[in-house]
Amino acid sequence: MTVILDYGVGNLFSLRSSFAVIGEPSEISSDPAVIESADRIILPGVGAFKDAMEKLKASGLVAALKAAAKKGTPILGICLGMQLLFEKSYEYGEHEGLGFLKGVVAPIPAKGLKIPHMGWNALEFGMKKHPLFRYLSEGDYVYFVHSYAAVDCDDSVIARTEYGSPVTAAVAKSNVMGCQFHPEKSGDVGLKILKAFCEMKEGKL
Amino acid sequence: MITKRIIPCLDVRNGQVVKGTNFVGLKEIASPVELAKEYSACGADELVFYDITASSDGRDLFTDVLTETAKNVFIPLTVGGGIRSLKDFDRVLKCGADKVSVNSGAIADPTLISRAAKVYGDQCVVLSVDVKRVDGVFRVFAKGGRENTGLDALDWIKKGIDEGAGEIVLNSIDTDGVKKGFDLEMLKAVTEISSVPVIASGGAGCIEDFITLFKALPKVDAGLAASIFHFGEVSIYDLKKEMVKNAIPARIVKE
Repeated sequence: MTVILDYGVGNLFSLRSSFAVIGEPSEISSDPAVIESADRIILPGVGAFKDAMEKLKASGLVAALKAAAKKGTPILGICLGMQLLFEKSYEYGEHEGLGFLKGVVAPIPAKGLKIPHMGWNALEFGMKKHPLFRYLSEGDYVYFVHSYAAVDCDDSVIARTEYGSPVTAAVAKSNVMGCQFHPEKSGDVGLKILKAFCEMKEGKL
Repeated sequence: MITKRIIPCLDVRNGQVVKGTNFVGLKEIASPVELAKEYSACGADELVFYDITASSDGRDLFTDVLTETAKNVFIPLTVGGGIRSLKDFDRVLKCGADKVSVNSGAIADPTLISRAAKVYGDQCVVLSVDVKRVDGVFRVFAKGGRENTGLDALDWIKKGIDEGAGEIVLNSIDTDGVKKGFDLEMLKAVTEISSVPVIASGGAGCIEDFITLFKALPKVDAGLAASIFHFGEVSIYDLKKEMVKNAIPARIVKE
């Protein structure tokens, strides 16, 4: 069972529907016990970093999430949910994140380009394709909406996209993964990513 | 590189898709859910649903259509029509919309934009503007293009962006339904003052009109149209291929 974390942030309707369409059982939950026993976890999120982190803390789910991360449960952060995985964010101040991944979240340095980075952009995998993208091809398009991006996270970057300069599009470090884009809004390409994620088992990829 | 988006627009009344010319003479044509699936399969980058029903029964039919679409179509969905309060935002977002488009409701109360942007984020609030030339000045029209508000379009769009609108849909009433191309002059004026993405609407009649749009105005982010897609006059797949041929970045979905 894939558990979609509900901490009052983000629209979970499309995520839920995505799993239904690919035939994977999923459950929306804010119950720490359910989260700790999940086969895999989706950490969604839209809006501002500070607000989301505060809600996550207030929901009492941080400990469950940490325990799951530690025991090897595959975790996928989506959009702001991915940003929360890092040490901190500089969105309207300086705010501490979950610290599962090394790196920080900073404004996209898009000189002369519009912010937010909104629309369909191509994925570049570099030398090695992560299992999350096993059904994808280099250059496949996914849907982005964000004004901030992860930086100083070189060892965990598994995909980049080009927006004025290279922007972190996806990250992974063993069982903790994140997509800056929205797989649940990226058509068939996005569904293929969720399918690959659902094929991951605890402790291994 | 980020692509230029192609966005079919579905006007929905009583659960059916309709499209008229110059906002009058509406004609019902197809099931919106089926149309949405087809568009997504052939490469539409986003869909816009406008609720043009006035009755509350129609409103329920609309949210049913929206829910059913969001269960089956995994590209961004923007919803507009009759959005006047945060309650309206909430209603459509819960049914699977990603962005909400405001028009007359924001003209009546511009704080609707800032209040919504604060709760749902700028990226969620789309300011849709119906504009028509009156004595050589771009004026904002409300109520489906029937009422001249007297507002200067460029001033209104600037204000909307200041309030927190994350995107602008510019619909030229002068070119809407005429099928002789987008209103390049009006769009140019708007892209020059807009710091957020601008979606061109009104006037597309053939593939060449989109090519002309993106070549003439590189700052336009997306092109929106309705009837030419609904009636099969322009295939999104062919349009994307032609864009790429003309060095306009586009996302082609392989069938």
